[in-house]
Amino acid sequence: MRVALFVTCINDFLHPRTGQAVVTLLERLGVEVAFPAEQSCCGQPQFNTGYRHATEPLVRRFDRAFKDYDYVVTPSGSCAAMVRDNYPRIAAKAAAEGRGRELTDAAALAVPKTYELTEFLVDVLKVEDVGAYYPHTVTYHPTCHGLRMLGLGDRPRRLLSQVRGLELRELPGAEECCGFGGTFAVKNPAVSAAMGADKVRHLIGTGAEAVCTVDNSCLLHIGGTLARQGSPIRPVHIAEILASTEDAPMDGRKAHTSADGSVR
Amino acid sequence: MNGAYLGMPAFPRAAAAATRDGRLRANLTHATHTIRDKRARAVAELDDWAQLRAAGAAVKDRTLRHLDHYLEQLEAAVTAAGGQVHWAADAEEANRIVTELVRETGEREVVKVKSMATQEIGLNEALAEAGIRAYETDLAELIVQLGNDLPSHILVPAIHRNRSEIRDIFLAEMGRWGRPAPEGLSDSPAELAEAARLHLREKFLSAKVAISGANFMVAETGTLVVVESEGNGRMCLTLPETLISVVGIEKTVPTWQDLEIFLQLLPRSSTAERMNPYTSTWTGTTDGDGPGTFHLVLLDNGRTDTLADTVGRQALRCIRCSACLNVCPVYERAGGHAYGSPYPGPIGAILTPQLRGVEGALESSLPYASSLCGACYEVCPVAIDIPEVLVHLRERVVEGGEVTRRGTRAVLRPARGHAAERAAMRAAGWVFDRPGVLRAGMRLAARTRRLHPRRLPGPGRAWSQTRELPAVPAESFRDWWQRTRGTGTESARQGGEGT
Repeated sequence: MRVALFVTCINDFLHPRTGQAVVTLLERLGVEVAFPAEQSCCGQPQFNTGYRHATEPLVRRFDRAFKDYDYVVTPSGSCAAMVRDNYPRIAAKAAAEGRGRELTDAAALAVPKTYELTEFLVDVLKVEDVGAYYPHTVTYHPTCHGLRMLGLGDRPRRLLSQVRGLELRELPGAEECCGFGGTFAVKNPAVSAAMGADKVRHLIGTGAEAVCTVDNSCLLHIGGTLARQGSPIRPVHIAEILASTEDAPMDGRKAHTSADGSVR
Repeated sequence: MNGAYLGMPAFPRAAAAATRDGRLRANLTHATHTIRDKRARAVAELDDWAQLRAAGAAVKDRTLRHLDHYLEQLEAAVTAAGGQVHWAADAEEANRIVTELVRETGEREVVKVKSMATQEIGLNEALAEAGIRAYETDLAELIVQLGNDLPSHILVPAIHRNRSEIRDIFLAEMGRWGRPAPEGLSDSPAELAEAARLHLREKFLSAKVAISGANFMVAETGTLVVVESEGNGRMCLTLPETLISVVGIEKTVPTWQDLEIFLQLLPRSSTAERMNPYTSTWTGTTDGDGPGTFHLVLLDNGRTDTLADTVGRQALRCIRCSACLNVCPVYERAGGHAYGSPYPGPIGAILTPQLRGVEGALESSLPYASSLCGACYEVCPVAIDIPEVLVHLRERVVEGGEVTRRGTRAVLRPARGHAAERAAMRAAGWVFDRPGVLRAGMRLAARTRRLHPRRLPGPGRAWSQTRELPAVPAESFRDWWQRTRGTGTESARQGGEGT
């Protein structure tokens, strides 16, 4: 089984610990992970803002980077959804505009082998207890793309429920969007902030120490809003919880409150 | 288009104002959450909902593919049943036809049952210019009309008003339009409903002309269908001498059997009822029963152009249930008026820019009035993939491209005001396709991270006004991998690629 990590640009640049956690976790489960360095962005920011043509080279790049692997695992529900839902659309539109079959072939190869991390653990590795230890109260926010485009269902919760020491707190209005939405946060700042404020109010109400999701992009917005309000709730990617063990604990990040490089 | 909506600010500005209106947000949040929970329960009662939804989408798609055929069948059936069919290519033509039809009767007043198509074309304003007064008879439409207001929801046009506001409107305005509200009117629902009932009853019994919309038109028999809760529509459809129905051409279904699907999908999605209280059907004219004269005005107004767009045409499946509004987190905060048309919420964000074109400031901002969370697609009873159409229309805004205008192919230029964004997106695309450049950029950002501002200028300012910026870590994942694992999987081709 040749498995490649698709770390995604946000994780590569802003949340390297999430990528490191995926590597640690998968290796602990006996999977040899490769990181093809020619990988890049999935193209979601460009595609969702209307610049479809700018995403075509990135579809080809994805194909080149991962063509030698059986599985592509990514710690991002929205990037996995981009590949699975939108690469075929990009290919179909390119074909309709008279461009060749290469994008169609690239999309056809990418779709079935691309997995969001929790899907890969539950569906491919068939594991729900990953041997994690995380002695904290945690609430789970199911991100929109993970929930509705990928249909992750209760996979993340099943994984979290097996983590020793972890107490899962119910989040009211969990399935409502946090208000990030990529460029939406910049194009409609007032509505995005209002949605973020409501999400954070619900998060604080749970009394949990940490909020976890399958997507750091949503956590960027949620964490930024929490930090501005002075809330001590830590945003933490589910990979970092699942990678945490008694011998090697991970305590979540403090990236939003420390610009001095305390994140290693 | 409806003149009342012209001059509306672009969506983000209007929405920002709405988010600061505490009472509006409280009214909207309460109403949308109540109805969304009820809808979820009503839908969960049916174990074949997924099949019904697929069937609804399939019937609509098949009908739209052969719309010319079914419209001709409909016209022949309506005519054979004693009705008269008029074709209106746009709002002006529809308003002219209706105005002339009312003038021929010699009447100066008409009653109306809620019709979004007449809102879309601004019929009330056109009639007023011709000296004809139109009385809205749907309770919520009455509240909107008396309040000199605009509808803000498809099903509940006065959703933005609470009971005490409605009482104040009734007391202040009813007398100017007919029977005044009783003195000492309270804000209890029963008293408000009774005041409206007495006020409207006088209109129903005196009106000679009625104007209606329709939820469906059955091509095989030429029958029109209105689905409602109050029974006011039935009064309009049966009591006057002349009935003029203004209906969008996409409301056609081929047969009565098709109604079986939609009469299950619509009430549960819309009011969360198993069945709506009043379903009225009318076919042409019948001697001694109901209106003696019946006119059907078939409205295009951008619909056939929308039909020509292979991605966007699914918006024409819409049965106006408003389920997408009630689950939309953006609608809940922005309110219906921000969408600047009678079609608010997610469906409005894709329908309005297609019917009107994307060139206007409002229209070009509507496809961006969504976080693409997908809740609207999930609840849509005819499975309109609203996020897909939103992204499709965003491309039309920023890149231009081929569109159909009044049946002719035209090439649209990219919208103004996106030049900086376009350049940034292209630059980002260029960098992302060159991992070596990407890595160098990330290293530079990491080395200078202590110098990064805590507040951003330009478009990023909107972000840092309400949210802390993330700190840039000292080392990217890519560099960590290379430092700890070596360059084993780094492709030798990478250096020369994409240059």
